[in-house]
Amino acid sequence: MGRYVIRRLLQMVPVFIGTTFLIFVMVYALGDPVAAMFGDRAPDPATAAQIRESLHLNDPLWSQYLQYMAGIFRGDFGTAFNGTPVSELMGSAFPNTIKLTLVAFAIEVVVGVGLGVVAGMRRGRFVDTGVLVFTLLVISIPTFVTGYLLQYFIGVKLAWAAPAVSVDVHIGELLLPGIVLAGVSLAYVARLTRTSIAENIRSDYIRTATAKGLPRRRVVGVHLLRNSLIPVITFLGTDIGALMGGAIVTERIFNIQGVGYQLYQGILRQNAPTVVGFVTILVVVFLAANLIVDLLYAVLDPRIRYA
Amino acid sequence: MPEMTEPVATDRTEGAAAPGGNGPEPQAAPRSLWGDAWRDLRRNPIFYISAVLILFLVVLSIWPSLLTGTSPYACDLGRSQQGPAPGHPFGFNTQGCDVYARTVYGARASVTVGICTTVLAAVIGCLFGGLAGFFGGWWDSLLSRIGDIFFGIPILLGGIVFLSVIKGGSIFTVVLLMAVLGWPQIARIARSAVISAKQQDYVQAARALGASTPRMLLRHIAPNALAPVIVVATIALGTYISLEATLSFLGVGLKPPTVSWGIDISSAATQIRNAPHMLLYPAGALSVTVLAFIMLGDAVRDALDPKLR
Amino acid sequence: MRGAKSATWVAGAIVVALGATACGGGSSSASAEPGVVRANWGDPQNPLEPANTNEVLGGKVLDMIFSNLKSYDPKTGEAKNDVAQSIDTKDQQTFTIKVKKGEKFSNGEAVTARSFVDAWNYGALSTNAQKGSYFFADIKGYDKVAPAEGKPTAKTLSGLKVVDDHTFTVTLNEKMSTWPVRLGYKAFAPLPTVFFSKHDAYLAKPVGNGPYAVDSYDKGKQMKLVPNTHYIGEDKPQNKGVLLKVYTDSNAAYADLQSGNLDVDDDVPAEQIRNAKSDLKGNYLSQPAGINQVITFPLYQDGWNKAGMEKVRKGLSMAIDRKAITDKVYNGTRTPATDLTSPVLGDANGYSKDVCGDACTYNPTEAKKLIKEGGGIPGGKMTIGYNADKDSHKQWVDAVCNSINKVLGNDTACVGNPVGTFGDFRNQITKREMTQPFRSGWQMDYPQIENFLTPLYATGGASNDAKFSDPKFDALLQQAGAEPDTKKATDLYKQAEKIVLDKMVSIPLWYQNGTAGWSEHVSGVQLNAFSFPVFTKIKVSS
Repeated sequence: MGRYVIRRLLQMVPVFIGTTFLIFVMVYALGDPVAAMFGDRAPDPATAAQIRESLHLNDPLWSQYLQYMAGIFRGDFGTAFNGTPVSELMGSAFPNTIKLTLVAFAIEVVVGVGLGVVAGMRRGRFVDTGVLVFTLLVISIPTFVTGYLLQYFIGVKLAWAAPAVSVDVHIGELLLPGIVLAGVSLAYVARLTRTSIAENIRSDYIRTATAKGLPRRRVVGVHLLRNSLIPVITFLGTDIGALMGGAIVTERIFNIQGVGYQLYQGILRQNAPTVVGFVTILVVVFLAANLIVDLLYAVLDPRIRYA
Repeated sequence: MPEMTEPVATDRTEGAAAPGGNGPEPQAAPRSLWGDAWRDLRRNPIFYISAVLILFLVVLSIWPSLLTGTSPYACDLGRSQQGPAPGHPFGFNTQGCDVYARTVYGARASVTVGICTTVLAAVIGCLFGGLAGFFGGWWDSLLSRIGDIFFGIPILLGGIVFLSVIKGGSIFTVVLLMAVLGWPQIARIARSAVISAKQQDYVQAARALGASTPRMLLRHIAPNALAPVIVVATIALGTYISLEATLSFLGVGLKPPTVSWGIDISSAATQIRNAPHMLLYPAGALSVTVLAFIMLGDAVRDALDPKLR
Repeated sequence: MRGAKSATWVAGAIVVALGATACGGGSSSASAEPGVVRANWGDPQNPLEPANTNEVLGGKVLDMIFSNLKSYDPKTGEAKNDVAQSIDTKDQQTFTIKVKKGEKFSNGEAVTARSFVDAWNYGALSTNAQKGSYFFADIKGYDKVAPAEGKPTAKTLSGLKVVDDHTFTVTLNEKMSTWPVRLGYKAFAPLPTVFFSKHDAYLAKPVGNGPYAVDSYDKGKQMKLVPNTHYIGEDKPQNKGVLLKVYTDSNAAYADLQSGNLDVDDDVPAEQIRNAKSDLKGNYLSQPAGINQVITFPLYQDGWNKAGMEKVRKGLSMAIDRKAITDKVYNGTRTPATDLTSPVLGDANGYSKDVCGDACTYNPTEAKKLIKEGGGIPGGKMTIGYNADKDSHKQWVDAVCNSINKVLGNDTACVGNPVGTFGDFRNQITKREMTQPFRSGWQMDYPQIENFLTPLYATGGASNDAKFSDPKFDALLQQAGAEPDTKKATDLYKQAEKIVLDKMVSIPLWYQNGTAGWSEHVSGVQLNAFSFPVFTKIKVSS
């Protein structure tokens, strides 16, 4: 197992290089970012040339990439267009996003798995239909609308929670955005759990466990759930990265200066250091989550082994 | 955690020894599992309901004019955001266009984008994920890491680059983009399902009896690994339709004058306090589509589950 | 088994923790300091250097912490002397500027002639890469400090000379009587020595000579401003300071305003306007700003420039129902355009209610006739290009196309053509790759008609997106520049404007309105010519 983990960690290196290069090429492909800095006005040629030079935009792509990578190994992630070092942006954005992701993730796991278990055990009944309706709702109503409606009714009208997150980013303020962010993933988790549970509830070992006279809670909580969780955990693993990077809409609505927001700004302003820096960290998170998920397979199903 | 030994997957030899399809044909058996599934499916009322709904949507996509005589482009700002009127049962949007006509005409782009993207992403995902999970070892490392790289690309960046470089905006380019960035998720799920199915006793038994690789994959592993893939794919179908909306909203999706539910949902979203009816109908149509496919997915999954027989 | 159990515990603990914090959170930092105005802000795109700021978010702060030689009256837009004691010229080319004595920066340093000259030299020098460097392009010697090609051959502008501590002279490349009007623009602000000697310290906490001083700046989060104790001007703050809060989205700020966590919101989202009056109990205003929106034709494409096309362009202008669009799509936060400038200029600086006349008035029958007479839309179909990444241009572009299509009786004659990013959009324009009409917006630098004409329509103008060129127009601009009488000069500019409108190089659409909503804690909110709230005049009730 130790060897397996080391092998997986080593594999992160090519993925890291591949992703950074790919993202770099993509931002590069967007073309000259200088024009956008001048608004509706054509840039002054001398100034534009100066900016291009300071951003190494005149160098060939490979040279820009090497300079960037060399910077990263010195701990320098480059600077955003407003002069702020990207590492500083990361330092302020990641804690906010991690908090938000944890809240959303907790909601997703607790509510999603809970609903899924109940729906799977009472297939075709009221709860099952309820989960289906909920799934349809979150898929067909855009996050923008749910976010905005919750903000308006719960935040502004009922004043149960702050409608916009303050600079201190309290966990309590993140509950509302967390619910909004968790929405679609919650539907996936609930339906995955439901299907898995519905499939396994008829399997021999559950029948055996019930026949043995084990208490129902134990049968469900240990035997059934444990054997049904592999697809759910896989999904959750892929979702962590998506939640962190994909919270663009939620972060904007609820005023959270997080990763999604910075990434969005970076993309629109074609700022390669910002985009590559943030995506790189996201990929590392994603790889780590996948590794953990793969190790969990062996915990959930002892027949699965890694060398 | 239990002591880890050599992986089960790598000590197999059939995988390498029997590549192509020189094992016995899966269909050779008089009553194959797939045949059983098809018979089961035909007895399931849910299957018929979903099939009729999907058929309806397909017909709608091909001949929208069957359901409405109003043009989705005939817009009059004077009727902006007004409610239902005679001949205009769903009311009007901000531009003063008929919401009913736009919902009917929007089906084509949305249903095409949803189905094509899901099929494409599922095919690539199942292929990569299935092979990675089945063979393990180097295959797994290579295929999974390729997926990781693609998964890391933010869809917004991918969309802007893809569509501004190749000057896209057609349904085809949007489908291609979303499938290219969407398959890794399905691949992860497929991989986990295959890894988990591979351990089942009957699969081990089949392997001990010397079943060929394609036969094992198709007859034993695929039916058991499909359930989570179906669940994820059917929900993804809906999210792809919404995602097209996001891309179009950001100017990198479908270009005007294409009408789609996604485009209408995103322009209605900002007006939710002023004219909720603008959101209701395209979003409702999207719900019905997703419902049809979720039902179909459930029916197929049930048909494949021998324990239900 | 043990694993499953502990997972339940962890989940339970998370729920409890969330519940606890949910009750604990809420109103900790929401309460305001007494007397301080809490206002909506966004993260500026550039470092807070006056000559490097070309967008409103940075501009808002600079407007508060710097006083310029001139300032614009919030009501009439008239440029009045502020830090300048006097600005005189005999030949419309060399200006003698006297700076008021006793003016100080917020760190106590005196504002002198050198503060201005050093600042302007810094802004102009190309190696400093200031985005507003073009503001100094009219000053003699600019081609030496910022040559279009190669390295600068001089460090300072030869047209700037310090006479004594409080006097300096400016020599321009050519005559321009209205030149001093632009001196209220922030790019012309004086800079303290700390800007040059300790640049990083300045950026962390900018120092200016305006009514407010920066108390603390938490980048990307908020900035606290307090009254500048060294300020001796007429615009003394009537509150105890301003807290600028960074918001990611205008809807979030609006929600906070309704909840009492924000006092002044100058960016009320357009879709909320209809509810704003009731949501805010009347604490709301909307007035035209110095920003206009036009549709520009690529005159470098033969299709749009051949004979008869001026009729088609005019017809298209008359096919647009501006009133309906500004009402329905914008809920009245845009005002239909009647000229190429903006109402904030007032009559004195060149705004006109009727110069475009019939050509900017919706008239479907006449429009259809003109388009037909001119030979119809080139190729029978047209698109309107726009950038889709911000400002929801899609809504109005669709509405304009629908309006044109209705006049032409063809549902798909005109469609919108979104471009993914603003950068890509601008690159296509500057590289002359546009084949079809496209949107342009102009945000004025200073309230003077000249700013709406020279950069946009003069031959070779920096923002002449249409690549329009007309010797008569150019001659009129030059004549206006040399005219010592400001009123006569403005009239000459208006004549030039008429030429552009007659040829319908760009279709004027509407003026953007500045909007502001405010809480019950504050009063006296008004917007200035740049649509910034006049913070110094806001009173806070306790």
